[in-house]
Amino acid sequence: MIVPYTTDVRPDTGLTNPKLGIWLFLASEVMLFGSLFSAYALLRSGDPAWPDQSTVVNVPLATLNTIVLISSSVTMVLAWASLTPALASRVTTGKAGAPATPLPLGRYRLFMGLTLLLGAVFLCIKAVEYSDKFSHGLLPSTNNFLGLYFTMTGLHALHVIGGMIVNAYLLGPGLKMWSSAPQRFANRVEVAGIYWHFVDVVWIFLFPVLYLL
Amino acid sequence: MYAVTSLLFLLVGFLLILVIRWQLAYPGEPLPFLGELFGVANAPGGIILPEFYNQLGAMHGTIMVFLGVVPLAVGAFGNYIVPLQIGAPDMAFPRLNLASYWFYLAGGIVMLVSFFVPGGAANNGWTSYAPLSDLAPGMGQTLWLGGMGLLIFSSLLGAVNFITTIIQLRAPGLTWFRLPFFVWSQFITSFLLLLAFPALQAAAILQAMDRLAGTSFFLPSGLAVAGQALNVAGAGNALLWQHLFWFLAHPEVYVLILPAMGIVAEIIANNTRKPLWGYRLMVYSVFVLGFLSFIVWAHHMFLTGMGTTISAFFQATTMIISIPSVVILSSLILSLYGGSIRFTSPMLFALAFLPMFGIGGLTGLPLGLATTDIPLHDTNYVVGHFHYLVAPGTIFALFAGIYYWFPRVTGRMMNDTLARIHFVGSLICMNVIFMPMFIQGLAGVNRRLWDGGASYEHAQGVLALNIPMSHAAFTLGFFQLFFIVNLFVSVKRGRKVDANPWQATTLEWSPAGAPLRAYRDPYEYSVPGALTDFTPQGEAKP
Repeated sequence: MIVPYTTDVRPDTGLTNPKLGIWLFLASEVMLFGSLFSAYALLRSGDPAWPDQSTVVNVPLATLNTIVLISSSVTMVLAWASLTPALASRVTTGKAGAPATPLPLGRYRLFMGLTLLLGAVFLCIKAVEYSDKFSHGLLPSTNNFLGLYFTMTGLHALHVIGGMIVNAYLLGPGLKMWSSAPQRFANRVEVAGIYWHFVDVVWIFLFPVLYLL
Repeated sequence: MYAVTSLLFLLVGFLLILVIRWQLAYPGEPLPFLGELFGVANAPGGIILPEFYNQLGAMHGTIMVFLGVVPLAVGAFGNYIVPLQIGAPDMAFPRLNLASYWFYLAGGIVMLVSFFVPGGAANNGWTSYAPLSDLAPGMGQTLWLGGMGLLIFSSLLGAVNFITTIIQLRAPGLTWFRLPFFVWSQFITSFLLLLAFPALQAAAILQAMDRLAGTSFFLPSGLAVAGQALNVAGAGNALLWQHLFWFLAHPEVYVLILPAMGIVAEIIANNTRKPLWGYRLMVYSVFVLGFLSFIVWAHHMFLTGMGTTISAFFQATTMIISIPSVVILSSLILSLYGGSIRFTSPMLFALAFLPMFGIGGLTGLPLGLATTDIPLHDTNYVVGHFHYLVAPGTIFALFAGIYYWFPRVTGRMMNDTLARIHFVGSLICMNVIFMPMFIQGLAGVNRRLWDGGASYEHAQGVLALNIPMSHAAFTLGFFQLFFIVNLFVSVKRGRKVDANPWQATTLEWSPAGAPLRAYRDPYEYSVPGALTDFTPQGEAKP
């Protein structure tokens, strides 16, 4: 049984199934993080003894992390963009089906690898931050700010790990699809990229709320 | 798979409530098999201890809502019927669909296993209000949170799949306003699942942190338990849980009811042999319902002291949301007018749905107004109200759907006589169970009382009602045997029928192998000049 529009765009909606699916998934994620941000607002506004956040957390490290994560979004886009010219040239030269010569992947490998590396750097910096807190006896149970700090950044870190697993798959075993169904593979990279940018955007909200305000 | 599993969970949830009803009618009298099943800690010699009674109540609610009705209405009916009605080869993401099922099953197993861990299952009501649930000893509540996490993830995957399928995989010619109403109801339901459930996910994460990492998100300062000050940081907010929970759980109510309306609409159109009255109006109403259901949640919280301004807002939205519900119900009733009604077994259930849902809806109005809610809050009146909506409401619609689509699934009809016995018995029993709850509730009898109110003076006058209610519940169980037997026997022995036994118009009844294409509106029954009294959607216009 063949499900239509897995790779091709449905003309009247202008979407492929995976692209619509990931946007819906992200809508749900917005509600998840939105609920946590609401909880943050409610708890902070109800607590006169809320600590001065920027003195508790490490702002320079988090700024570095923000730069790292935004850079990884850029490399993710570049990885996807490196696939599209190859596809376009194949269409214009009319070589449909299995390509006679393998399509070039050097730039894709480079940028996808960089994305993974930057994700790992982000997690390492996060781990340094966490262990620094723990060594000073600052635990989730210390106060509600630290509780939310660990909950929200922890959940975000889980999302980063999830994205890295997908990206690693697309750089490793998933790459086989490039020779059998290149358009579908490029779509997968695009969809993974949309998710990765979302994880980035969540951080862009977390950073000012938890570190700066 | 979905259907069988969710029917089993419905049965489990029903058996739990039978045990509760036994306890309410005969407080403290033993049921020996319980002692063997659940052990001395819960039911020594078969006598139900109060803590165990609370487990039964909490898990009855959880299992019925999250493991029974929603998976049956959305997982089973939606998965099977929606692709067929829109002429799609399958769901858009078949693998996600399978993953969704396994997450659902895993969540269900976690819930059931929790009965047998030390301390037993969660016993804080299906709403798991903090701080009680935060501080509940034992693993039960933690497992409840874990199980809910799995179920929420399952429904997230399902919702993404449904919406994508309906947007992307409609057959050629099947424009939005040619969709059967059932598809519309599933579409809006999926949006509710997609956008409301994450709030409970967040709440579950926060509560899990409270229970496991010692945070105090839901624990205010200065909380003392059994005379001892709690050793936590404090400064939390117990109402935060209620807000997050009801932000999910009110849309969840519409998740329970919208697919039921969809099923009833299909069956009424088919059995009155005329188009639905006000199809477009119903579609617009279901949109409004879906949207408004996100801004009525705090009408569950009038007693929390949140202030009259906020109460007034939520009271107003609650009154407004009743308008689209009434529009849909009225459209369904008006659809009957002038029809040549076939009293088939699915139609009987669908017809009974209308007044039963009406009673449930009307009794909800006093609960939506802050002033009248205050004396009624947390009484049996509330229990009666929402059970009228989900038991003779939604569950009747689900039965109707099973009788209606059974021939589509198996190629055989279910036995009509058994179905009619099942219908009459269930209708009478359900009313005998739930109608007295209004009387008890108006007398002030609280829900969740281990002895059914025997220790309260104000409950004495209505206490005797518990006995006929419980007997009706046991009789209701007896009448379900007719359904269970019918289901199993009909799979093998039912009367064989062709592809369109109900002479219906929608695409799921197209003959096998016919090209899937829609040429006309969904309910073209009794078209003047047509040869038959039904013109299928897949039939080309001349």
